[in-house]
This record gives sequence, structure tokens and C-alpha cells, in this order.
Amino acid sequence: MSSVTLDHVHKRFGKAKGVEDVHIHIESGEFFTFLGPSGCGKTTTLRMIAGFYYPTEGRISFGSQDVTMLPPNKRNTGMVFQNYALFPHMTVFENIAFGLQVRKMAKADIKERVERIMKLVRLDGYGERRIDQLSGGQQQRVALARALVIEPQILLLDEPLSNLDAKLREETRYEIKRLQMELGITTIYVTHDQAEAMSMSDRIMVMNSGVVQQIGTPHEIYHRPVNRFVASFIGETNLWEATVTGIEGQNVYVQVTPDISLCGSLQQASPQVRLAVGEKVALSIRPEAVRESAGADGENVVRGTVALAEFTGACVNYVTSVGPHQLRSMFINEGSAVKQPGEAISLHIPKNSIYFAG
Amino acid sequence: MRAELQPGSAPARRMSFTSSPAFVYVLVSPLFLILLAYVIYPLWETFVASVHIDGETTWKNYVRFFSLEHTANLEALWTSIYISVLSVISCGIVGVTMAFLLERYEFPGRKILSVLALVPMALPPLIGVLSFTFLYGESGIFPRAFKELFGLAQVPFSLKGIWGVVVVHTFTMYTYFFMTASAAIKGLDPSLEEAAASLGAGRFTVWRRVILPMLTPALVASSLLVFMISMASYTAPLIFGIDRTMTMQIYLSRTNGDLDMAAAQSTILSIVSVAFLLLMRWYQGARNYQNQSKGVSVHRTEIKSKTGRYISIVLAFIGIVILMLPILVLVLISFSVDGTWTVQILPPKYTVDHYLDLFTDKKTWRPIMNSLELSAIATIGIVLFGVAAAYAMVRLRFRGKTLLDVLIMLPWALPGTVVAVNLIAAFSEPTVFSFNQVLIGTFWIIPLAYFVRHLPLVFRSTSATLMQMDPSVEEAARNLGATWWYSFRRVVFPMAFGGILAGTLLAFVQCIGEFVASILIFTPRTTPLSVAIFQKMYSFEFGTACAYGVLQIVVIIIVLFVSRKLTGDKAGTAV
Repeated sequence: MSSVTLDHVHKRFGKAKGVEDVHIHIESGEFFTFLGPSGCGKTTTLRMIAGFYYPTEGRISFGSQDVTMLPPNKRNTGMVFQNYALFPHMTVFENIAFGLQVRKMAKADIKERVERIMKLVRLDGYGERRIDQLSGGQQQRVALARALVIEPQILLLDEPLSNLDAKLREETRYEIKRLQMELGITTIYVTHDQAEAMSMSDRIMVMNSGVVQQIGTPHEIYHRPVNRFVASFIGETNLWEATVTGIEGQNVYVQVTPDISLCGSLQQASPQVRLAVGEKVALSIRPEAVRESAGADGENVVRGTVALAEFTGACVNYVTSVGPHQLRSMFINEGSAVKQPGEAISLHIPKNSIYFAG
Repeated sequence: MRAELQPGSAPARRMSFTSSPAFVYVLVSPLFLILLAYVIYPLWETFVASVHIDGETTWKNYVRFFSLEHTANLEALWTSIYISVLSVISCGIVGVTMAFLLERYEFPGRKILSVLALVPMALPPLIGVLSFTFLYGESGIFPRAFKELFGLAQVPFSLKGIWGVVVVHTFTMYTYFFMTASAAIKGLDPSLEEAAASLGAGRFTVWRRVILPMLTPALVASSLLVFMISMASYTAPLIFGIDRTMTMQIYLSRTNGDLDMAAAQSTILSIVSVAFLLLMRWYQGARNYQNQSKGVSVHRTEIKSKTGRYISIVLAFIGIVILMLPILVLVLISFSVDGTWTVQILPPKYTVDHYLDLFTDKKTWRPIMNSLELSAIATIGIVLFGVAAAYAMVRLRFRGKTLLDVLIMLPWALPGTVVAVNLIAAFSEPTVFSFNQVLIGTFWIIPLAYFVRHLPLVFRSTSATLMQMDPSVEEAARNLGATWWYSFRRVVFPMAFGGILAGTLLAFVQCIGEFVASILIFTPRTTPLSVAIFQKMYSFEFGTACAYGVLQIVVIIIVLFVSRKLTGDKAGTAV
């Protein structure tokens, strides 16, 4: 087990920039996720930790050991690749044993360790299978076992679930989390799927076009996103442009359209946002925070017509046209009738659910 | 001999070194050096020989080449182009028609015909030409049979002159069109045609607007290839006595002792060939239609009408006979007693002695042994170079990558005659690249020529397999603690093994069949098989010559079969 530190790491590919100024400290035993859309630099950062790229600037250390320029085979990291990268000419057993053979371990010990790890990932009895005789989920577990059997200091996972179907993805998610907790291993996980990131991670680093946007716990990232990008990338949200019209004590009054004015709280603002009268701000309103209002008037109540109604079973989603804007809302299904498109609806946006995202 | 230049083993011991940026150049510089020494330097020396005459620099050979007073050279250039254009047209017609019939229609004999369609590939150039003269030449079996049959004074027809060359070219080279067209037709996504049809296109429109445009890249690529090979063709003009082609002019200038003119002719032919190589590369880069959808179903139209079936059976039968005859005639003549076949339709006396001699008579065995030995040495060099070059091209990033790619393909574009002339120009004096030895007249010059001529084969097959292999597989090995050398040995090499072996076998048989360069540089002690065949032919020992030829064909067929198996159903990418 080891902590990982990236000290102002930059990576450029020729003239194209890859990653800019990543500065993080990952605690020993932490489950840390790099999250972002494709091309955001998350895999590049992971590959620098694995040693497949060397940073253009900055240092990387594992614990107190500087590994910045150490070749990948000297780092003792276990990596699971997106397409698993299993050796097609070897059996399951040989694949898992590869890293131990490289380490010149005794045959008997290898056998014992491989069998133990195969039990752990529930592959016992599959040792002699060829790789192409396995299902996608099984291949995934071989890749995981191969990475874990060498008892790495750090486990690196590069979108390991993206090649699995939805159901299997969820199962494997629990499986990976279970193994990580059981072994207490420092884990760095790369994904573009925010649901995966939210459900598994201790902390998340959100990246966009090579730049770190925010680092924080899932709760922080969801409830206090630092900017519009993070707000809209993590979960669903309504992003409305508005102008600040007044600030009284903790209350912030904003005008969205001539017809819609809302009141928010000074507490609910990203540190990057400047709240002053006349400033343009972006509001982030989570759909699940919106309530149906009994009356048509009152503070933070907006009226509109249902444009789209979606019944998903567990909940009902509405897209409501409010003047020129659209407001998405989500209600837990409590058995009441679903409104039809065209029907009028009044919605209440609680004061504390308006977030000034900047 | 080139083994010590092979990269990979030297830096392996120092692992930290393999990850430094300079390591790439340590790996690729020997590759550049080899190409420089054995391809570029000989080309340059030939050019120097063509302009540096009796101590002064002069362009007089080039002036003479293009002068309108002595038109022999221009005529030769014109004839070469003329033959090449005719060859492209007739190969194209035959190859594409066959591809369509075999890929799109179901008729009796289709399967056997589609296997036999590749037979011409198993014929080394010299053997192909010889069998055609035996069959259709002036004293060939068919013309004579017709003469006897109808009691004519003269043979009614015979294969000779330029048309002889074109017919032989068609037979031996239509396979390039056939294979690329077949692959393109097979790769045509049926859903494209279905989409066109559903949008209201008729059968003709589908052909004109969808199928033909999709095939164009394949057809243009094969046209350029056939043109290039026809320009380089030497054996067919030699046997049919067409002196006025570029390759024959080079050969004649050399035998007449006009060495600097031969050098000038070589240089001009090189320029034409290289221009075509670059044209081909550019074209292939510019146009490439990949098949979009995955599972492509074959749908063949079955010929149902009764007359249609009869016609197709007859045509298939004729096709099979034409394809098989060259090999059958060689087998037949290989059993004939040397010197007995003079004016008869078929050889009158038969014996199995030639085959016994092959393995028992020391003098007859000698050329076989020579060829095996020369080819084995050349193949080792080709494999070491090809694997290292393929790995560098596919996996490494370095400056000069495009240059390396062009340089590797260069020897493949150069006609065999030119390769031989270049090597003679470069290594008839001691040089650094030959370790201060004169190579001409020694054993080593022939493997060197084979090496240069067939150097791209292993490179191509290996880089094709490496390209299919996911780079992350190698990274996984590195991540698990394997050094560069360990992961190359245990992961990259085993996974690419099928491709490497296929290329190796192909290179080996190409070396065994090599004639064009050998004829210019062999020595009596190192006479290879194909030159021996040529010599036996000229001393009218047809039986022995054909027995040699049959042996070559058998070896080639076995090797082609094995390599097809290797590349066809290998345990490749499981991911």
C-alpha cells in the first residue's frame, strides 16, 4: 500500500497539450477516481502513474519514493486495461501467473498464489481455459486477478467496465469495490461514467480538456460544484442564466426572465462566483429538488406547461416549459396520476436548492 | 552475416536504457544502416558508374539513351511500357471477371476452380515461361498437334514475340487482380447494395454507382502493381527473344561489356520503378474503403437454367485445364529421356532417372543444395531485419518513419536486373559495407541479392500481425514487471509468430525460385537451381530441367499451403 503524489504534473504531446498542472495527493488505501469526458486527460494522467508516459514537467511519487522517470516494469503497479489486454496465446492460469514468473517466484508459490486469487475473483476451475473461451465478464475478472496477484502498491483501473453490458457492469462495480475494501489497496479508477464514479469513490477528480476542475468527495462534487461544467457533468441539472437584482442578508434575488424572479441563499454559491448586483450568474437546479406546488403563487414558484412526461417506474420526470426556458423535474412515484403534455403545472424551487455555479 | 547488426539483444541487458528516448534510435539506426549499405549505396554507385566514365563526369550515356539517332534504347523503353499496358489490360479483364464469377455465382466446379485460380502463384517466373513454350511455343505440343491433325505444312499458330510475353504475363500476373478484386468483392457490405436497392436503384445503377466505385481502389492498386512487375519482367522477354525491353537492354549492354551504358539504363529503370512505388503509396493512402459492418454474409447467385449450367460446366472445365496444364506438362516432360524429344508432339521415351538423379547424382544435387543454402542464409537476414523493422514501424515513434517505410519498399519496386546491376556496381571493389571484401564472384553476393530483393516480405507479414495486436497487451506485460526484452520474447513474438513464419516461408520460396538477379551474378560454384534449369534447357536436357522445376513447384505448394494455414486460422486476437 502506498500513497500517490502528483506534484504539478504537466504533459504535452509535441505542441498539443495533454494534461496541465495536476497536483494531487492520494492517500494510502483510498479509492480515487479521475472523471471526465473522453479526451479530458484522465487516461493520460493514469498512464503517467503507470509509467507509460513520462511527465513533461512535475514529479510523481509513491509514498516517499520518486518514480517520475522509473520504467513501468519497476513500479509495482497493477493495471486493468479498458480492453483487458489479456495475452491471447496463454491460458487463464498463465495470464495470471505472468507477473509472478517475471518476479522469478518458485513454481509452487506461483501455483498457490494464482489459485488463491482465482478463488477471490470467483474463477476457480477456469485455469486451463483459453482466453477466447471466456465471456466478457470472466475476461474482466482475469484482468483484475492478473493485476492483483502481484500484490501491487497501487491498483490502476482504466475504464474497466466500459466493455460490459449494463447489468454486468453493476455487478462488477460491487465486485471491484468489495475487493478494494477487502485488500485495502490504493486504487485509482478512470471513468467517464459519473454514476460509477459517484458510487465507488472516496474522492473524485473531475477533469475537462486537460485541466483539473474540482477534487472532492462525491457529496461535495454533487452539491457544491465549482463551475458550470462540473454541475452539468455530474448528475442532471437545470442551468439557467440570471442577473442578480439584490442581496439582502443571506438572500440573493435574481431575475431569470422578466416574469421569473427567484430567491437563493448566499451560502449556496461556488467560490468561483462573484455575487453582486448586476452580475450575470448561472443557476444550477437539480431536478429532484424541484417540488410540485399546491398554489400558483408564492416565492420561487414558477408556472408552466408540461412539455414531456416520462414514467420510469420509480419516478416521474417532467420537462416543463417555463417561458423561454425548460425546467426538468423529477418526482418519486407515489401513485398519483401522471400529468399529460400540455397540462398546466406549478413548480416550487426551494431556496436552498438554487446553486450559483458561476 | 548481418546477424551482428540485429538490434534488440544488445540493449536488453540494461533495462533502464530501454526506456530512455534514445533507445528508439539505437533500435532503428541499424535498420537505416542496412538499407543505406545494401540498397541506397548500390543505387548510388550505379548512378556514379553511369556518369563517371574514364575519369570524367559526363552525361553522354543519358544523351545517347534519349537521342533520336540511335533509337534502340527509346524503342526498348517504349516496348516495355507497351507490353506493361497490354499486360495490365488483359490481367485486369481476366482477373476481375474470374473474381466476379467465383465470388458471386454458384456453379459446378466453382470450389475447385477457386483453389486452382491461385496456381500461377506457385510457378516461379522461369518455370511459368518454360511451360508455356512447351505447350504453345513454336515447337510446343498444341501447335504441333494441330499441324499433325490437319496435315498442315506449318504450325497454324504459336506463342511468340510480344503477344507471347503478354499471354505469359496474363497467366502469371492476373492473380494480383483476382486476389484484390476477390477480397474487395468479399468485403463489399451486402447492406450497401440492399440500401441502394431499397432507395430505388436498379441492378445496373447499383453496379455503376455502388459496386464499381467501391472496387476502384483495389483495381487501381493492382493495375499499378502489374504495370510495375511487367516493367521489371525479364524472363518472358528473354525466352521469347524480345531484345528491345529495358531489362533485356541492361542484360545485353552488360554482356557486350558496355558497363556504363548498362548503369545508365538501370538508373532510368530505377527512376521509373520508384516513381511507380511512390504513386502507389500515395494512391493507397488517398483512397481506402474499409468495410463498415462486421458479419458479412456471402450471397452467391446459383445458376439455375439448364443451358446456363452446361455452359458453366464447360467453361469451368476449360478453366481448370488451362490452369493445370503448365504443371502437368512439366511433370510429363520431367519423365522424358533427355535429348529424345525433337519433332514429335509428345516426348517419345520416358524414365524416372531424373528424379533418382536429383537425390543421388552429386552433380545434379549440387544446384538444389546451393539454392537451399543460399536461400536459408538470405532468409535468416530477411527475418531478423523484417521483424525488427516491423516492430519499429508499428510500435515506436521516431523521426524518419515515412522514410524508413519507403526505403523498405524500395527494393521490392526495383527490378531484379537492377538489383543485380546495383550490387555489381557497389561490391566489385572492397567497401566498408562489405567489410573490405570484394563480394562479386564470391558465395556471399547471391544471398545478399536475395536479401535485398525479398526484404519487404517478412516486414509486411509481421507488421500486418502487429497492427492487429493491441498495444495495451504489451503494456500489460510491462506493467506486470516484464522488461522490454522479456515482454518481446514472451508476449510480442509468440503473438506475431504466425505472421512472422508465414512471411519467412514466403521469402524462402521466393529465394528458391529467384532467377532474374541470379543469372547476372552466379558463379559456377554457386549455381542456383533456377539458373541450372535455364542451363539445362539450353543444352536440351528438358527432362532434368523439368524435374528441377517440379521440385521447385512441390516445395512452393507445400510452403504456400502451410503459410495459408498459419495466417488463416491462427489463435490471433482474442479481444
